[in-house]
Amino acid sequence: MHHTKYLIIGSSHAGLAALDAIRLQDKEGSLTLVTQESCLPYSPTILPYVLSGQAQPDKVFLRDQQSLDGLSVAFKPGAKVVAVDEKSRQVTLQSGEKIEYEKLLLATGAAPKRPPVEGLEAVPHHVLRTLEDALNLRSGIRKDGTAVVLGAGLIGLHAAENLAKGGMKVVVVEALSQVLPGYFDEEASRMIHRAFSDNGVKILLNEKVSRARRTEGNTTLTLATGESLSAGLLVVAAGVQPRVEVLEGSGVEVDQGILVDERMRTNVSGIWAAGDVAQARGFFESSKILNATLPNAVEQGRIAGMDMVDDPALKEYPGAVGMNTYKFFGHRAFSVGMIRAEEGCEVEKLVVPESFKYQKLVFKEDQLVGASGINSDLDPGIMVQLIRRKAYLGDMKARFCASPVDISRVMMTSIWR
Amino acid sequence: MGTGYNTIAFYQDKCDGCGDCVPACSKHHTGATDPAHSRIKVAKDAEQQSFGIALCRQCGQPQCVMNCPSGALSKDLSTGIVKWDKDKCVNCQLCTLACPYGGVTYNGKTDQVMKCNFCDGDPACVKACPRGALELKQVASIFNAWGDLEDLVVPGLSACLGCNSEMLLRHTLRRIGSNVVVATPPGCIAGVGSVGFNAKTGLKTPVFHPLLTNTAAMLAGARRYYKRIGRDVTMLAMAGDGGTADVGFQSLSGAAERGEQMIYICVDNEGYMNTGVQRSSTTPYGAWTSTTPVGSVLRGKTRDAKPMPLLMVMHNCEYVATASTAFMEDYYGKLGKAIEAAKKGMAYIHVFSPCPTGWRFPTGKLIEVAKKAVQTNIVPLWEYEYKEGRIRFTHPVDNPLPVQAYLSLIGKYKHLDDKQIAFIQEQTNRKIGVLKNFV
Repeated sequence: MHHTKYLIIGSSHAGLAALDAIRLQDKEGSLTLVTQESCLPYSPTILPYVLSGQAQPDKVFLRDQQSLDGLSVAFKPGAKVVAVDEKSRQVTLQSGEKIEYEKLLLATGAAPKRPPVEGLEAVPHHVLRTLEDALNLRSGIRKDGTAVVLGAGLIGLHAAENLAKGGMKVVVVEALSQVLPGYFDEEASRMIHRAFSDNGVKILLNEKVSRARRTEGNTTLTLATGESLSAGLLVVAAGVQPRVEVLEGSGVEVDQGILVDERMRTNVSGIWAAGDVAQARGFFESSKILNATLPNAVEQGRIAGMDMVDDPALKEYPGAVGMNTYKFFGHRAFSVGMIRAEEGCEVEKLVVPESFKYQKLVFKEDQLVGASGINSDLDPGIMVQLIRRKAYLGDMKARFCASPVDISRVMMTSIWR
Repeated sequence: MGTGYNTIAFYQDKCDGCGDCVPACSKHHTGATDPAHSRIKVAKDAEQQSFGIALCRQCGQPQCVMNCPSGALSKDLSTGIVKWDKDKCVNCQLCTLACPYGGVTYNGKTDQVMKCNFCDGDPACVKACPRGALELKQVASIFNAWGDLEDLVVPGLSACLGCNSEMLLRHTLRRIGSNVVVATPPGCIAGVGSVGFNAKTGLKTPVFHPLLTNTAAMLAGARRYYKRIGRDVTMLAMAGDGGTADVGFQSLSGAAERGEQMIYICVDNEGYMNTGVQRSSTTPYGAWTSTTPVGSVLRGKTRDAKPMPLLMVMHNCEYVATASTAFMEDYYGKLGKAIEAAKKGMAYIHVFSPCPTGWRFPTGKLIEVAKKAVQTNIVPLWEYEYKEGRIRFTHPVDNPLPVQAYLSLIGKYKHLDDKQIAFIQEQTNRKIGVLKNFV
């Protein structure tokens, strides 16, 4: 039986960040990286760009075999884990092979959610989670064809934009009252919505699809309102859910995702979890939350790796802050932390409609708790630090509001350079 | 150990916001001075007249690289530069979210992100800065040269918080290596644990604890013994200023006069710091100690320090140098020369060693105190080789800071009045003048 000191399941950002953290402290301990993908490690975040053709599918890999060999990593692609037995410290692969581990990291990521639409399973539809998905969807683009995208989150909008750029007539159906509700307030969302409308993409808000069926080479969707939509191509982008199936029958505690503490430890000794699959404390929330974003996967993966190798420099996870960047139709947007002002928060907003610029800062007492923008000059990463460090603004607040780019850079230079 | 790299340091207190670095950067990268293309951004807080810069730090574990989904960003392990590959970049902007320093920024003119690439090792911004606020730091070269050598000091020592001695001990032995016999007489070096606890020594090399009075004499004997049995072993003394300039002076003076072969390092913390902060003959004028108190009559020490390094020059030593832990490259270079000189005769290095506990300054200020001492000319860095017969300044300070820039950092000088400060300034100038006569 293959025995390994460290076993990492999942080779995207969380798994790779853990691998690097482990190798920083332990150069020799045997380390095995398994993934159900049949190729070298890559990021799901690259997929919209594979779809658009900006990224060549053979050049998206985050590591090559040589660099994995250089780190003495036993890399096993095409290895789907089907069971974890924490008592004997073994995992079972689909092939029947078993791997014995001393320390296990579950970085299995997330899978696309299927919304409860009658008949959805029976109609052909695309998702965008793997390289194969992206290539399939890319080959489905037909100039002057029609497409429906379910969901106006980041994946849904990226897909819609690229299909539209490929010459398709696209309709997006979103159940909520705005696009990107997790990242932008209504006003910013309306601007993003407008950019899509201006480029010929129709977005239906507050709409749900109740039924899907196949008719004459097309897919026809019946909306809850009774209207129907017909399209040659259907993309389902209704969010993701943690891949936890493998833990069935194990003692690892799962809620929505795998429950972990501030060191990414599960309730079972010797098993860690990180990234999209993990459910950990929030930065603002007292409860444990899912946060399926790339920056969060990197951070959780690094912490898990450091804890697995007993790195004394480990600092406990401060909690997930929602954050992302988004490029659309020549515009760029970012969002960090609180989007909507809670009670007791102040908001400083700057909107310049003619240059399609939007900037919003949310403060709670003397601290920044949220920042978002469209075509804003703010450094998103400095905003992240100000929020997470709970930097005290005090009497700088007025100056900060007046020229946030400069003052935040001066604060960065003084506080954490 | 890994590899250390050069960095661009920014001194916020020296920056006046002139922004000359910005067009210099654009010009290097595009040939034009349009600030939109500058990888360095100068930020101003007009009300406070303070400035900041957004610039790539070429981090050791770069967050931008870790957060890049396309593999466009990577750390070059040979140069340390965080490289950006335009062809792989998909313009997702996640690097701008990951970087805590505003080091990757969006360029509206190219619709791409951009970042510093160190101008192939000779940054244009550094050359353009008229006030020395940007500096190319190459200290990592020491780390690369010596970082892989074994640390010959045990992990746990009992030094005071912020102590200079531990750093000095570790670096000195790393450079000299294990073919050594170390003598640490009573004082802080022995006190921090070099001679060990519970019958175990604190060094991984032979070490012994001579009397305060006979360090140089015992090493002279040990060297002669090893020579007789045909072994070339370096003799190293690490003694305090009391064990060197006061109690141990006669044996040191004798050994120097006889040309005994050893490296003698005086760790000068300007007094008896481990026995209750009493004055020694290297305690400078005006300093408070428990035996030169501050009251209605006395205002600290009334006499100035014994000029130990010059006295050793006068002993016809093979090699004499002054050093400071704030200038490690300088110190490493001097240790190299001392190792060679000690094959022929006495090599003496006088290391300025500020003491947070006895001098009353915050533990985090050690290097700043050490640096200011050099920048004010209180501690000039120089070396003397017998064969050259003259002194050479290794870190000449052309425009020294006023001595107050150093004195004001330290509690033992806080009582000084203007007259005393003026006297110290005058003495500092005089002593530099004396040294210059030997150049």
